Amino acid sequence: MTDDAAPALPKSLAEIREDFLALSESERLQLLLEFSRELPDLPERYAAAPGMLEKVEECQSPVRAFAEVSDGVVHFYATAPQEAPTTRGFASILAQGLSGLTPQQVLDVPEEFPLQLGLTRAVSVLRLNGMAGMLTRAKRQVVEQLAAA
Amino acid sequence: MSGLLTSGLGWLRTTDQEEIMPAPLDPTPRLQEYAHPERLVTTQWLAENLENPDLVVVESDEDVLLYETGHIPGAVKIDWHTDLLLPVERDYLDGPGFAELLGSKGIGRDTTIVLYGDKNNWWAAYTAWVFTLFGHADVRLLDGGRNLWVAEGRDLTTDVPTPTPAEYPSVERDDTTFRAFKEDVLAHLGQGPLVDIRSPQEFTGERLHIPDYPEEGVLRGGHIPTAHNVPWATAVSEDGTYKPRAELAAIYQAGGLGITDEDKVITYCRIGERSSHTWFALHFLLGIPDVRNYDGSWTEWGNAVRVPIVAGDQPGEAPAA
Repeated sequence: MTDDAAPALPKSLAEIREDFLALSESERLQLLLEFSRELPDLPERYAAAPGMLEKVEECQSPVRAFAEVSDGVVHFYATAPQEAPTTRGFASILAQGLSGLTPQQVLDVPEEFPLQLGLTRAVSVLRLNGMAGMLTRAKRQVVEQLAAA
Repeated sequence: MSGLLTSGLGWLRTTDQEEIMPAPLDPTPRLQEYAHPERLVTTQWLAENLENPDLVVVESDEDVLLYETGHIPGAVKIDWHTDLLLPVERDYLDGPGFAELLGSKGIGRDTTIVLYGDKNNWWAAYTAWVFTLFGHADVRLLDGGRNLWVAEGRDLTTDVPTPTPAEYPSVERDDTTFRAFKEDVLAHLGQGPLVDIRSPQEFTGERLHIPDYPEEGVLRGGHIPTAHNVPWATAVSEDGTYKPRAELAAIYQAGGLGITDEDKVITYCRIGERSSHTWFALHFLLGIPDVRNYDGSWTEWGNAVRVPIVAGDQPGEAPAA
């Protein structure tokens, strides 16, 4: 039903979406859990000063994230506690899906991407709002950095 | 089946329950001072009773994946959002749906249920409240919740049990004894205590507009007139266990909010989970008979048309009738 939006989706995000949709609903939870384990550690400069990352208020868990533009490429960094695996999974999807894209590609990611992963029943739309919040903020951070450049 | 029994006099059920609680009670001395010591178990007691076939341990978390990362051995998972709430309407399962859910977890009507979860048991208390709406007799909370169990280095496993399905009867949900709707709250203003469990910033109305919020949650800030603000965390000690009875009494009863056993009380928060935690303390630990949780809470009230709202740190007056 959302296939109309598909062409605009960068390959990295499209592959993640296909991986989720190829699974049954309960297996999708396991895949999200795998993503949560793969959330990369913060680079040293952020690990030393987590205040540089922005708190994502939409998530009930204390997650901090930042989309950094350097040399025309976006990198997405996030940190969330081990006891918030869903939030870590969301952040990890964006870290793998957004990192390496151009700023314009990030800005073109459809807002409803989190709802396209087939998780609305197993995880709930309410919780997916947390990922939507991270995505919205990442876009704003990219815009701000482009404006300042 | 027994509509008469479950309306109005529902709280009496809690005084009769010792006879029908199949698993032994936790004899820990500090629990005995509560009005209903049979409603709490300690981590130590649970560790010693995990093999009891009359007992099912249920994990209810805010984070839908936390159970999968490791849980108390033998525990099953019930998610407040994907299991207890209906997918379309904002309401809970009906009797047949509840019977199917609990039966599938190997829970019968006489099973002892011990609930625990993350975030200081908010969702476990919420699940306990929903189970109580269905009149499940023996629902207990693990005092201190998941955090305490983990902090004490107790066993966790990723093995997901495959319970033998049990026969659970279809019981009509009682929405009058422990649950309040918006209309009930309107009628309640000026008639009894109203306890707002949210943070002080949510209570005053200062905190509402969240930058870039993708889907605006609430349109108006503030609180329901006459509500007193007692954030949920006031009820717990540093390790997440409920405070001793005398301390709870000093907060909510004489010397604090002044609630008496004759009062009709309503609790609320944002969606009813944190207020379930306080509902549990007021009703089961302090023994206040008539306590209802308003699950519509601020996400309903703050969006409703033409309901009275008070901003600032004072409770405010009930509107003239």
